[in-house]
Amino acid sequence: MEHKQLIIIGGGPAGMSAAVSACNEGIRDILIIEREEALGGILKQCIHNGFGLHKFGEQLTGPEYAERYSDNVKELGIPYITETMVVDVSDDRVVTAVNKEKGYFQIKADAIILAMGCRERSRGALNIPGARPAGIYTAGTAQKFVNIMGYMPGKRVVILGSGDIGLIMARRMTLEGAKVEAVCELMPYSGGLTRNIVQCLEDFGIPLLLSHTITEIHGKDRVEGVTICEVDEKRVPKKETARHIECDTILLSCGLIPENELSKSAGITLDRVTSGAVVDGDRQTSVPGIFACGNVLHVHDLVDFVSDEAEIAGKGAADFIKGIKEEKETVEIIPEGGVRYTVPQKVAKGEGASLYFRVADVYKNVTVALYDGENLIAKKKRPKVAPGEMERFEIKPEYLENAEKLTLKLIFG
Amino acid sequence: MTREIICTNCPIGCPLTVEFEDGKILSITGNTCKNGITFGTNEVLCPKRTITTIVKMENRSGMLPVKSASELPKERIFEFMAIINKVTAKAPVRCGDVIISDIGGTGIDIVATKTVE
Amino acid sequence: MYDVAIIGAGVIGSLIARELTKYSLSVVVIEKEADAALGATGANSGIVHAGFDAKPGSLKARFNVAGNKMMEEVCRQLGVSFKNNGSLVIGFDDEDKKVIEELYERGTKNGVERLEVIDSKRLHELEPNVSEKATVALYAPTGGIVCPYGLAIAALGNAMDNGADFRRCFEVKSLEFKDGFYEISDGSENICAKFVVNAAGVFSDAIARLVGDDSFKITPRKGEYMLCDKESGGIVSHTIFRTPSKMGKGILVSPTVDGNLLLGPTATDIDDKEDTSTTPEGLAVIANECLADVPGVPTRTVITSFAGLRSVDNKGDFIIDSPAKNFVNCAGIESPGLTSAPAIAVYVAELLEGLGLELKKNEAFNPYRTSMHEFRDMTMEEKNEKIKKEPAYGKIVCRCETISEGEIIRAIRENPGAVTVDGVKRRTRATMGRCGGGFCTPTIVEILARELGIKYEEVTKFGGESVYNFGKVK
Repeated sequence: MEHKQLIIIGGGPAGMSAAVSACNEGIRDILIIEREEALGGILKQCIHNGFGLHKFGEQLTGPEYAERYSDNVKELGIPYITETMVVDVSDDRVVTAVNKEKGYFQIKADAIILAMGCRERSRGALNIPGARPAGIYTAGTAQKFVNIMGYMPGKRVVILGSGDIGLIMARRMTLEGAKVEAVCELMPYSGGLTRNIVQCLEDFGIPLLLSHTITEIHGKDRVEGVTICEVDEKRVPKKETARHIECDTILLSCGLIPENELSKSAGITLDRVTSGAVVDGDRQTSVPGIFACGNVLHVHDLVDFVSDEAEIAGKGAADFIKGIKEEKETVEIIPEGGVRYTVPQKVAKGEGASLYFRVADVYKNVTVALYDGENLIAKKKRPKVAPGEMERFEIKPEYLENAEKLTLKLIFG
Repeated sequence: MTREIICTNCPIGCPLTVEFEDGKILSITGNTCKNGITFGTNEVLCPKRTITTIVKMENRSGMLPVKSASELPKERIFEFMAIINKVTAKAPVRCGDVIISDIGGTGIDIVATKTVE
Repeated sequence: MYDVAIIGAGVIGSLIARELTKYSLSVVVIEKEADAALGATGANSGIVHAGFDAKPGSLKARFNVAGNKMMEEVCRQLGVSFKNNGSLVIGFDDEDKKVIEELYERGTKNGVERLEVIDSKRLHELEPNVSEKATVALYAPTGGIVCPYGLAIAALGNAMDNGADFRRCFEVKSLEFKDGFYEISDGSENICAKFVVNAAGVFSDAIARLVGDDSFKITPRKGEYMLCDKESGGIVSHTIFRTPSKMGKGILVSPTVDGNLLLGPTATDIDDKEDTSTTPEGLAVIANECLADVPGVPTRTVITSFAGLRSVDNKGDFIIDSPAKNFVNCAGIESPGLTSAPAIAVYVAELLEGLGLELKKNEAFNPYRTSMHEFRDMTMEEKNEKIKKEPAYGKIVCRCETISEGEIIRAIRENPGAVTVDGVKRRTRATMGRCGGGFCTPTIVEILARELGIKYEEVTKFGGESVYNFGKVK
């Protein structure tokens, strides 16, 4: 069987950044396996700008951000193959993949980095009642139709969900001549970034209807309209508020789900909240030598943080390959009281870590606090937190010295 | 007069309060960095946006992503779109190549955001 | 001039067509939609019923038991997914127990083999995840599951391979018998045939009326379903029915042949013969009832919901008769119609013979068809052989179901070729996975446009105006 030191599954921002990082740590025998025709992942279709402020100090579009990394991969001579689909990963790090040239083939790796990204929640998973005509797309599918293929998937559009891709597509469709009638958001707050609400909706006078949902889809062949309703505090539609909006297209932007089918095949322990792997500070999963980063691990709102995280995973994998990743005792971080999850979920003693976390609701003037049982270890004040915006909390090595597990929670008021 | 706006310079999205009169800014509060002042000033006096869109390619089936090299006056966006819609690009193109120079007399170019060999 | 024209390319029409190509006959299947299996055949439970439900002496009882016995062989010949997983009718109280015992009696009278009334202990040995409150069950080891649209498409494809024609998008508006044959018209074009079989599903009453038969009426009975992710398919291994009520066999929980978990159907009589919309009420009923029967049913893993229309007639039994010269009705084929289909097909051929159609054996008839899932079921070595010859099999298009471009191309080229994205879906399972086609739909549209030689924006989801795109952005 063919052998590689490091296999990276996915050539999007996470995979490319992990590859560059591992390469800079001295690993040369790398293979990036990408399912599409070119490196870049979903950034290829994210032609809007706003990427790279943290990483490069400037506003880049998705393709530009991707090209910086793919240029880097090429300059460093990191091997990659495209149009190749990984269909299985085993717990002893054998990767099975398929493409046109080689058919099905297997490679054994010393270490694997999972960087497969995520998928969008579909109409079926949302279980929206009504007819089943053409014209219902996830926002990302519509984005591919418009930006990559150059086809118009709709003329009059209603968007369900105010996730970032939905907001971005509201602007894209408007600029290309479509009329976006409304964006309905089930929650009383938006799931997207504030700047996207301003620049994608307010700039074009597109109404954002909070606490609203689509209760029925109409149309025989193609979508002809939707019934929308306001929802109460328990998110139950208030029937008396029902109204009809004529449209030919529905775009869904109702959340992203890490694509962890391969992680499951390798027997990796998944976090029920993130739907991604449970990892340590190096982003190593429950299976030694298999690492994960980017949206396959947890859904990020900024690609800059994906790149940061992938660098950590790349270095972790390099250390593992070199045999210098020590088996250290880890301290579990328990999310509680308003904190939905943290990544990593555990941190090795003697090391610090930057914890990414998300909150359950919109809160103002909260304190993020780290506890060891009853003892407050560290805290930080935040004027405003929201589920749509990822938060960070620094764990210093000394916090972990005497702890078995730590709790991260919000204190209100 | 005062206007409440959200700074969209970065994802933090600071809520700014801008006081202004006769085309002059009197005060800006709510910002957490100096970029907030620039943003608040521009947003009230002459709001600008970066345009990102696609142009057709003559010798490729896909589309070429493009952007305005810097921000353009917001109220003229659809005028600029009409110009961009008429233009085609030809591979090979390098990321950063000028596709339309000085769009609408603004002095600002529309540039490719992707390399197509 | 055809010997026989069959109106409707559902599982009944398709299997009749195949049955008739066993004889030296020219056969055409006429379908108003763009593809086969778009009516009740495309949206039902996919259950091969044992046959304990129908009234002894009825056509339903007769064809159900006969069809059940034929199904495995028909599916083997046609390469259609079939599994003899057995079914269980579970009961919660004495009243249910009484009904279950009646079903046992009825089934035995109908000729169902190996039926058993079992107690709670045995039930939970067979199905540990069934509600602990279930105290009794009817166990039918001969029950099974099949891919219903797969069966119809394969049967029609096999009929076409054996010489039958398939006319899509031909909506029959008039039927005129003159000079010893029927002129079948869609208003602009005529198809002529000596014999006509009406297998038009919910529209079979309207077709019968075209030859002056107004002896029955079809009421569409809507059944809504939810389909769960493959990760949930293993929660039960048998098909679990609730003890039946007046409106049907109740909500079932069943694995599918593809490894998903199917929940449903509801039963609501409606007026509109094209209303296959799901309703919030229906979906809520399914979730509640399934949870009562199998408390662990993971309704959060639902990947799609859909509705089908059963053709319920006002006579209480299948209507298979000849109300006019050289014309046969196959109407009111509701449950257990799918199970009965192979037996109905044989019976209809006999009926036509009785009406004067000469059945001379077609020596060239080939009963076999390669499974659409042939590639999926190969070993890795076999797959690599195939990819070497046809590299498109090495390009995965649908990542959730691991479907290659080669399989999609085959679905488009092979009888009856897919011409829509849903057609590709029903043949290959591409887009049927957990992402709902989010990733692969644009690529499938591209492959269809290329293979069919049409524009990208002309590709539809299921025909008609169901386009994906309105043309180029610029």
